[in-house]
Amino acid sequence: MSLIVNGKQVHGPADPRVSLLDHLREDLHLTGTKKGCNQGACGACTVLVDGERILSCLALAVQYDGRAITTIEGLAGGDALHPLQAAFVEHDGFQCGYCTPGQICSAIGMASELERGVPSHVSADLAADAQWTREEIQERMSGNLCRCGAHNGIVDAIRATFATEASA
Amino acid sequence: MTPFDYARPIDAADALRRGAIAGTAYLGGGTNLVDLMRETVARPERLVDVSGLPAAIEETEDGGLLIAAAVRNTALAEHRIVRARYPLLSRAILAGASAQIRNMATVGGNLLQRTRCTYFYDTEGSRCNKRQPGSGCDAREGFNRIHAVLGGSDACVATHPSDMCVALAALDATVHVDGPAGPRTIPFADFHRLPGDRPDRDTNLELGDLVTAVALPPLPAGTRSTYRKVRDRASYAFALVSVATTLELEGDRIKQVRIAFGGVAHKPWRAMRAEAALLDRPATHQAFLDAAAAEFVDARPLRDNAFKPALASRTLAAVLEELAMGDAA
Ligand SMILES: Cc1cc2nc3c(=O)[nH]c(=O)nc-3n(C[C@H](O)[C@H](O)[C@H](O)COP(=O)(O)OP(=O)(O)OC[C@H]3O[C@@H](n4cnc5c(N)ncnc54)[C@H](O)[C@@H]3O)c2cc1C
Ligand code: FES
Ligand code: FES
Repeated sequence: MSLIVNGKQVHGPADPRVSLLDHLREDLHLTGTKKGCNQGACGACTVLVDGERILSCLALAVQYDGRAITTIEGLAGGDALHPLQAAFVEHDGFQCGYCTPGQICSAIGMASELERGVPSHVSADLAADAQWTREEIQERMSGNLCRCGAHNGIVDAIRATFATEASA
Repeated sequence: MTPFDYARPIDAADALRRGAIAGTAYLGGGTNLVDLMRETVARPERLVDVSGLPAAIEETEDGGLLIAAAVRNTALAEHRIVRARYPLLSRAILAGASAQIRNMATVGGNLLQRTRCTYFYDTEGSRCNKRQPGSGCDAREGFNRIHAVLGGSDACVATHPSDMCVALAALDATVHVDGPAGPRTIPFADFHRLPGDRPDRDTNLELGDLVTAVALPPLPAGTRSTYRKVRDRASYAFALVSVATTLELEGDRIKQVRIAFGGVAHKPWRAMRAEAALLDRPATHQAFLDAAAAEFVDARPLRDNAFKPALASRTLAAVLEELAMGDAA
């Protein structure tokens, strides 16, 4: 089996027990993706699969044969940060930085969910298009914990990057 | 994790052939099973990955919906017909887990997810009849805040953790199953079990049975419905209690009402007594509280969860009142 990680084709693990997270970190040495809880409770291991955010700690790598994985290492263009990375710096979206790769991958996945109209638990009207309000962003990012408490900066960085003039 | 073989079947028939061998488990998104395998609560020798089987959501002739088992939780919650006609189902799914987990989790896996009882997870230090039949239950006399108040047994007081399933119980869904005995359908109320003396069995599925789809009957026009979840934090937490309900009024009288509770029992709890108490009655706050009282009259709270009957009752009354006034989402 093989995976496409940040645009490059790579081998999958020989043992089906290996999680996508361990494969990225231990075999491919892409240590940007973090292991917080290893049980789905913190979001530090969030990566994008074909543009959708998932938890790599609960994913067996074999399940993702042939799929395109994007990790934090795949976002910047050389030394040019992804706009959301730059916004995290500008808005103090982190302190220790441990949760940050997961926060950033998660926010990119969230942006495409919101744009295609996926409602959230706090959406008052299920039929209406969701808005880039703080409340919506907080709910949609609740799967990413930050022990340093940088959540307000994180929401600011996300809004600054994605919110359009219409809803900002 | 103990070693296992992994296979990706080409279709449902292939999955069934592979799944019929003892020691095999079907794998959906893996969000529950991978965790349980890592903790060695589950030790399958073979995984048959059914997450890649067709994942369609189709309208049925009777005006209902047929949802394939491999449909992801996000895809179901965001589907335009579900949002328009079955808002309680969208809301229940969106109240569960996190967006990342909902992107991975399948409908089949959500139905079959196992309890979050900490003693069930604690392979090293705790007795649990669900994990190891006959070993005992440390939850009965232990930390049992999240445990059952209805339908428990001496052997087990675990709760079913799903939000989605509470909505499916209120919707009178039907589970489509295929297996060694051939295809069949199971009414949602008969899908999950009460623990009795076999708490190791969460459902009435047999070895090799594969959930293939869930069917929703149409809701009568004019029916309002919603889902309300009460939890320890505002998001990304399992329910302490939850309520899924549909309500159809004629004037101010209740023509049709369906109620299911989550977080109170070993299965999503369809509140038949409360429904019977409300039918044909005026939709008043007192009637709602009386109906809830009728449902919880047999509740058997444990040391830490005596708050549940009152919390569930108040939640039900609040939700029905909003629906009756027409302003619940
Ligand atoms: C941190 C965390 C928080 C969560 N919070 C919530 C919450 O608030 N509310 C909530 O409802 N859920 C919550 N969940 C649980 C989540 O909803 C379930 O893990 C998920 O729905 C399981 O789906 P899956 O496809 O990943 O199943 P898997 O983990 O792949 O499988 C689960 C079980 O289903 C069986 N199975 C899978 N597909 C089939 C099939 N087609 N036929 C027969 N058997 C099958 C498997 O053998 C296994 O036993 C949470 C999970 C985590 C990790
Ligand atoms: S490491 Fe995956 S959710 Fe915490
Ligand atoms: S910045 Fe430290 S955990 Fe989020």
